[in-house]
Amino acid sequence: MSAVKRKYVVPGDLVAEGEFRPIGHVTQDGNKFLSTRVGMAEVGREGVRVIPLSGPYIPRIDDLVIGQVVDYSAFAWEVDINSPFFGVLPAQSVFGREYSPANESLSSRFAIGDHLTCKIMSFDRTRDPLVTVSGPGLGKVDEGEIVKISPTKVPRLIGKKGLMIKSIEAATNTRLAIGQNGIVVTIGPSAGVEMVRRAIRLIEEEAHLADLGSKVEALFTEAESGTN
Amino acid sequence: MKTALLNADKIRLDGRKLDELRPVKIEVGVIKNADGSARIEFGKNKIMAAVYGPKEVHPKHLTKPDRAIVKCRYHMTPFSTDTRKNPSFSRREIEISKVIRQALEPAIILEDYPRSSIEVYMEVLQSDGGSRCAALSAASVALADAGINMRDLVAGCAAGKIGGEIVLDIDDTEDKEGEADMPTGIMPSLGLVTLFQLDGNLSASEFQKTFDLAVNGCMKVYQIQREALMNKYFGQSEPMQESNE
Repeated sequence: MSAVKRKYVVPGDLVAEGEFRPIGHVTQDGNKFLSTRVGMAEVGREGVRVIPLSGPYIPRIDDLVIGQVVDYSAFAWEVDINSPFFGVLPAQSVFGREYSPANESLSSRFAIGDHLTCKIMSFDRTRDPLVTVSGPGLGKVDEGEIVKISPTKVPRLIGKKGLMIKSIEAATNTRLAIGQNGIVVTIGPSAGVEMVRRAIRLIEEEAHLADLGSKVEALFTEAESGTN
Repeated sequence: MKTALLNADKIRLDGRKLDELRPVKIEVGVIKNADGSARIEFGKNKIMAAVYGPKEVHPKHLTKPDRAIVKCRYHMTPFSTDTRKNPSFSRREIEISKVIRQALEPAIILEDYPRSSIEVYMEVLQSDGGSRCAALSAASVALADAGINMRDLVAGCAAGKIGGEIVLDIDDTEDKEGEADMPTGIMPSLGLVTLFQLDGNLSASEFQKTFDLAVNGCMKVYQIQREALMNKYFGQSEPMQESNE
């Protein structure tokens, strides 16, 4: 593990001075790197970056997101992906190249209000992001409860190599589908879903602190001893 | 009849020294439904600021293809003044909304959010002079709370001239009875001025002195803004030093 220096910063704070590679959420003023967000600044061998603690979800190609259909036209669905930009799901990517609005109606497949698990196909910020539902695990969300988390804290919810999500699933007897946009679909018994909700709240509050895994474990053991 | 704004010991009406700020308190994240929010108490001023966005632009024709637009609304509640204020927008409120927007725009990295709008609402609950600077300071904290990319925070503070003396942070009576008022907003880390107005007459040397004092005041406000944000997000905790990825 490389020696990474960390400190808390707010916008405008000096992160590092000198020759570095900016990775994310820093702005350059001469040879100074200033933070653009509230978060944790990291100066390491790879470069400087700030891990933000708040903010909207900005789509990135290949991200898995969970969205809700808000509108459709003759050629595409519009999906709210919890972001400043709406996801566009073209009808052709669902019905195939031969799609014609005369033969098929979009509402026959996904209605307004449906939740979709989708992947960001392309996004270059000049247009709204294109999403797709073709792929393993993608498509309409048929069951489960929606729990929201701040999109900036999704990496902590997933944990190192998915460790956090695995431990939550095991302890609560649920299955989680986590969208990078901060929408989590939880499938399982209602007591389990409630526990997941509490765990997510804990992660959200303490995302900047170390040892989150054991804190979540403690939450589960405490709840278990409470019910017995 | 004119009120004497300074006594023989150069103490102001509310007991402050010439270069003393009113007590400033900022609280972050006070409005749950907004993406970011802050509440500032600047002496007797009480102002709420809330930020929504970035989100899609309405009406659509205002959209800029390469950057976000900022919409600012500074409004005084009818009960914010000693006699009821008409709740509709006055000339003054339209002006302040505009200067605050122009003071915030250089701080926000607008290019990061093309085709979207960032809405900033500032509601004055109680006013006592210097509310545009207070509103600006609160708005910039609310923007940081909303997680919008910013080059720097914006801190606002006024200075002016009363009873022949250059003083920091003019309040309502001093504004009305005094000789000059200079609301100033700066980006402290970058050392840039984003809000500058002057009402009154100052000589060249007085001008420089007033400006320096205002910048000094802004730096004090900036420290309070930083502390407020740090408190909300990190409390008393120490940053973890091991890497978690």
